[in-house]
Amino acid sequence: MYKNFLKIITFLSILVSPFLYTSAYAKTKVGFVYLTTPGDHGWTYAHELGKQMVKKEFGNDVEISIVENVPEGPDATRVIRELAKQGNQIIFTTSFGYMEPTLKVAKEFPNVKFEHMTGYKRTKNVATGNIRFYEGRYVQGVVAGLMTKTNKIGYIGAYPISEVIMGINAFAQGLRSVNKKATISVIWANTWYDPVKEADAAKVHIAEGADILAQHTDSPAMLQIAEKNGALGFGQSTDMGAFAPKAQLFASVNNWGPYYIKKIKQLKDGKWNTGDGPDHWAGNTWGGLSTNMLTLSSFSNMPSDVAKKAQEAHDGIKSGKLKIFAGPLKTNDGKEIIGAGKTLDDGALWGMNYYLEGVTGKVPK
Amino acid sequence: MENLLITILLTSIPILLAGLGELVTEKSGVLNLGVEGMMLCGAVAALGSVLIFGNPYIGILFGAIAGILISTVFSFFTITLMTNQVATGLGLTIFATALTGLIGEPFVGKTAASLPKLEIIFLSDIPYIGKVLFSNDILVYFAIFLIFFIHFGFQNTKIGIIIRAVGDNHDSAHSIGYSVKLVRWISTSFGGMCAGMGGAYIPLALTPHWSEGMTAGKGWIALALVVFASWMPIRLLIGALIFGGITILQFVAQARGWDVPSQFLNMLPYLATILALALISFRLRHNNYAPACLGKHFLGNK
Repeated sequence: MYKNFLKIITFLSILVSPFLYTSAYAKTKVGFVYLTTPGDHGWTYAHELGKQMVKKEFGNDVEISIVENVPEGPDATRVIRELAKQGNQIIFTTSFGYMEPTLKVAKEFPNVKFEHMTGYKRTKNVATGNIRFYEGRYVQGVVAGLMTKTNKIGYIGAYPISEVIMGINAFAQGLRSVNKKATISVIWANTWYDPVKEADAAKVHIAEGADILAQHTDSPAMLQIAEKNGALGFGQSTDMGAFAPKAQLFASVNNWGPYYIKKIKQLKDGKWNTGDGPDHWAGNTWGGLSTNMLTLSSFSNMPSDVAKKAQEAHDGIKSGKLKIFAGPLKTNDGKEIIGAGKTLDDGALWGMNYYLEGVTGKVPK
Repeated sequence: MENLLITILLTSIPILLAGLGELVTEKSGVLNLGVEGMMLCGAVAALGSVLIFGNPYIGILFGAIAGILISTVFSFFTITLMTNQVATGLGLTIFATALTGLIGEPFVGKTAASLPKLEIIFLSDIPYIGKVLFSNDILVYFAIFLIFFIHFGFQNTKIGIIIRAVGDNHDSAHSIGYSVKLVRWISTSFGGMCAGMGGAYIPLALTPHWSEGMTAGKGWIALALVVFASWMPIRLLIGALIFGGITILQFVAQARGWDVPSQFLNMLPYLATILALALISFRLRHNNYAPACLGKHFLGNK
């Protein structure tokens, strides 16, 4: 009897196995690790919008698991490992600080694909994706230079890492392209998200005479303080106009969706790769305005001629005609970086540990 | 300059309020280390109620009530069940941090109305100090009133002296007929109310958001300040202003490009506390201002 039973089972399994295979193929299990709860603004919300685009694109062909509020560090390792164990085939870790945890878990699960956002270390099964946030900041600089009356720009940075510093320098390049008198002063909040600290920093900037504020931190607190005090500023990651309708000039908006969709498609077609090139930067997916990974929300609270200049800068960067870091470039203490006719390459951007002309102070060591 | 002074004053208000409450609690002999947790409860209750009712004054009320409720839990455990005050206080903070994270989840990213500024006519027109002192929201005035109220209360009123008696020698207070436990319950609730209002001040005036753990250690600073101020309300004001000043100063130093590492400035308030404590204990070796029965259980019952 048992023999027969086994036969039947074998027969049945042969019969259904093609279907099993196709359904397993069709339903790709995708994992996301979020730094915070998505809420309705900022960094994680931008990723959430990307995830929604994935859902829309693939519908029932994907099964998405999300873990929110994952601190960067040992907890992240545990969470990522758990997602891999649950059979997710591709896992997107959406914050810089997940770099080491992602690499660690990737070693343990060689058949799972990992996508680390904004990182730079890749292995066989870890790819990285990043956005050229600094391109939006150049446009911000142009608008700030035309709008400021006090010629003082207050900038709030999270941590003095090259990602943030290149943003400040791009802002300075935009600023100086229209206004050589204005300067940027930088306050480091030493956090990505802390509305109380960000608000304090914004208040200090305004008290010190800044009338345009820019941020490389995540909450809308800065814009709200600007709104209350009659200053202007730029939104971060997502359109923050709802928080400060009278203060937001525009926001640089992160658009992760197309990248996620591309990578999941690659996986489904068996063509997933890390795009690895000859060095760290060349193979990296690092898209900006030209690939729509970065977009700008509509220009508001500015006269139409300023909006026109902003649009020109946007179009110039998008078409590749406008080079943000074209020489001659000098640091704010007078050292020459490159001469006329040259442009900084991507590797040099990631090595930035200096301020360009137009920024006051020194980069903290 | 004026704007900076206002910012410093506002930054110190949550610490000041919470510290004043804790001062009264400790004067009655109860050491409540749950200030941070009570502040978080006040903050989340204030923000939630403002989002629902739309009126920031309701936020103060709910913040105060939340503070009282959570301190009642503490009172029940430590005064009635006589659990260890230190452990219970720490537990309260850890519990409240998680609880407020859970309650606050739907409020993330929502903006609440802020407390309006109430200008006092004539006084707010005084040059230099007018704008700083007399053009603030109601909780600033309340906090300043509270300093004098508590100072005067402890010196000159019967209730104040009873609280001090209970805190300094609960057996004597008990033997002349005062209910030690009742006095401690009330003092702890008062502390909870103040901490709740201090916490409420953060979303109501400083930044109109909720974010998990947004008090960011202000409760612990308030606790340290009570000792720093050697249980005197007016010194507490000075301490709170120093803390607020340094919090803001580290940003000013950066904005002006002073060549001081921000980590060093971050460290300063704590360094100042340690120095102050060392100085005070050196000077007052024979005259300790701490309530004699602080943290001790009252075992006698009536």
